[in-house]
Amino acid sequence: MQATTKNHAQLSEAFIADEPRTDWHDETLWFVRSKRDKAVHQVPEWELLREWASAIKNHTLSNLDNYLVDFERNANANGVVVHWASNASDHNNIVLKIMRDNQVKRVVKSKSMLTEECHLNPFLIENGIEVVDTDLGERIVQFRNEPPSHIVLPAIHLKKQDVSETFHEHLHTEKGNNDPQYLTEAARQHLRSKFIASDLAITGVNFAIAETGGFVVCTNEGNADMGAHAAKIHIACMGFEKIIPKLEHLGVFLRLLARSATGQPTTTYNSHFHRPRNGQQMHIVIVDNGRSKQLGRPEFRNSLKCIRCAACFNTCPVYRRSGGHSYHTAVAGPIGSILNPNIDMRANADLPFASTLCGSCSNVCPVKIDIHDQLWKWRQVLVAEGYVANGKKLGMKGMAFVLAYPKVYRIAGKMGRWVMRVLPFVTNNKLLNPWYKQREMPEAPKASFRDWYRKNRGGS
Amino acid sequence: MKVGLFVPCYIDQFYPQVAVATLQLLEKQGCEVVFPLNQTCCGQPMANSGFANLAKGCDRNFVENFDGVDYIVGPSGSCVLHLKEHLHDGNNEAKATYIRQHVYELVEFLVDVLKVEKLPSSFPHKVGLHISCHGQRGLHLSSMSELVAPPFSKPEKLLSMVKGLQLSKPARMDECCGFGGTFCVFEEAVSVKMGKDRVGEHAANGVEYITGADTSCLMHLEGILKRQGSTVKTIHIAEILNS
Repeated sequence: MQATTKNHAQLSEAFIADEPRTDWHDETLWFVRSKRDKAVHQVPEWELLREWASAIKNHTLSNLDNYLVDFERNANANGVVVHWASNASDHNNIVLKIMRDNQVKRVVKSKSMLTEECHLNPFLIENGIEVVDTDLGERIVQFRNEPPSHIVLPAIHLKKQDVSETFHEHLHTEKGNNDPQYLTEAARQHLRSKFIASDLAITGVNFAIAETGGFVVCTNEGNADMGAHAAKIHIACMGFEKIIPKLEHLGVFLRLLARSATGQPTTTYNSHFHRPRNGQQMHIVIVDNGRSKQLGRPEFRNSLKCIRCAACFNTCPVYRRSGGHSYHTAVAGPIGSILNPNIDMRANADLPFASTLCGSCSNVCPVKIDIHDQLWKWRQVLVAEGYVANGKKLGMKGMAFVLAYPKVYRIAGKMGRWVMRVLPFVTNNKLLNPWYKQREMPEAPKASFRDWYRKNRGGS
Repeated sequence: MKVGLFVPCYIDQFYPQVAVATLQLLEKQGCEVVFPLNQTCCGQPMANSGFANLAKGCDRNFVENFDGVDYIVGPSGSCVLHLKEHLHDGNNEAKATYIRQHVYELVEFLVDVLKVEKLPSSFPHKVGLHISCHGQRGLHLSSMSELVAPPFSKPEKLLSMVKGLQLSKPARMDECCGFGGTFCVFEEAVSVKMGKDRVGEHAANGVEYITGADTSCLMHLEGILKRQGSTVKTIHIAEILNS
């Protein structure tokens, strides 16, 4: 990931410094949100579907032990090898071992946020493996040595001019040719050669079905299929929360996923994998990496219902104006802000504060995760665990003291207003007062409402 | 019906005219209104910053002040939502519970409890409506663009009773303004950018005023408008309804 110690506020300030680009980013993602709105309003039973999806996931999370074991048994019976990884490092080593055991050097990979979370690519490259991301957006950011900025639209922070420059550098396309069709054709030809030459394909998993041992991978580009069908070995990597109990539940999720993600009625390719072809190996790596810990936090466990549609990204007014990289984690946006503190509280203590708690995220969530309430709850945890700056703590203590005692409050209010009227330079300071940097202070009236009330209605 | 007027701290200090309008509006509707003089703050600034444990003093003070009224009404959706969700008092939990269940934001109180159907108000101006998130998604003052549900709007219902008022709604009708409590200073850049975008949409619609049920959003938007030298003004919905 990005080597940075800057927090969300600092990173987003840098992003917003280019205001026209921020507007473009905001409008692009708002367009996706609007497409989502149109699509969901065509489904009268939309809210019921969300309710069902939430209930199925809640049930599954409460019975994960059984469903995971069922899944493993059924997958094994289908001839699939199932591996268990307790953390990112285990996951990466399992994947590498499969490659070493089979003398594999060239790998294609379709989109998998889990492998981003585990930082699989840099690990494999360090170990001499050539890894090519085959999702177009992922390939673009891979060329640029950047992390994805969005879990569904990894290169959404880039304009076609940026892509043109990147392809000119790496694929030797014509300089200055920004024609999207020309550029995607270049990527297509480039990726074809990689699909054909690769020995092993890694895919993610959108849904793993306990009763069949099969799994489903959703892509719009067909790149997961292309990789898995051409390679001798298919490794599918999944977080353990991807499980659903039965095949009949899948329809609920497929109807919700694409509409929530991009406003499509369904993803272009919903590919079902059950067993290896003759001569092929199929592996599934099931990863914990902090998920058990999150499952054990009663207030945050239902964040594991997430199906990674990114609707909460697209609707988030903060995300749209700060960009995915300002979240400095593999999964950005509101859902990332409630998942990442679980993995590393210190490194991600800023994220639950990168929200106005407007609640739009919870409303678009297809599995009804109470995202904005969990942001609030994470704030309480982070403060209690001491991950908030001392200055803020002192300020809050001071404020709490003033507001707890009516007399102190009255005097402080009167003094404050007097200072603002008579000595406006004290508050009207762009360096010391962040409010005043780009906003005027409210006018301080001579009398408070309380003063008015006493004068006009009596009372002491 | 005895109504306790809840005036959030920053309204008391900076926007007394909003509280005056609220008081007069309720009195005109025949309510017996009392203003407990020792009230301060609902505690939201601390709680939303992660310091809910420091808001206990505010909670205790709030319960003491608003004991014994039938309803508690305030002109701020955000503060009211905070009380509904988080007000507790270990020594007086029954009283805190009563308050949580009987605290209303002004618009919802007028529409749902007093069932106001007409008002003598007049405000011959073009007015943009800003929907505050906590009022909308928290208190359900209006339907939400994300949900597949029948449309309704309590603030619009009231504004439609005002003579001469021309209502204008932005295309992004329920996008957050970016105030967000302490977010407005700790995430200053995003906060201001969000506010500028809201203000921009209303200004492009040619409104004279931006109104809403949450003074905090309006304070933020007002700060931006003034810095821009805009002629657009902000005004709380209580002031329009009381005009």
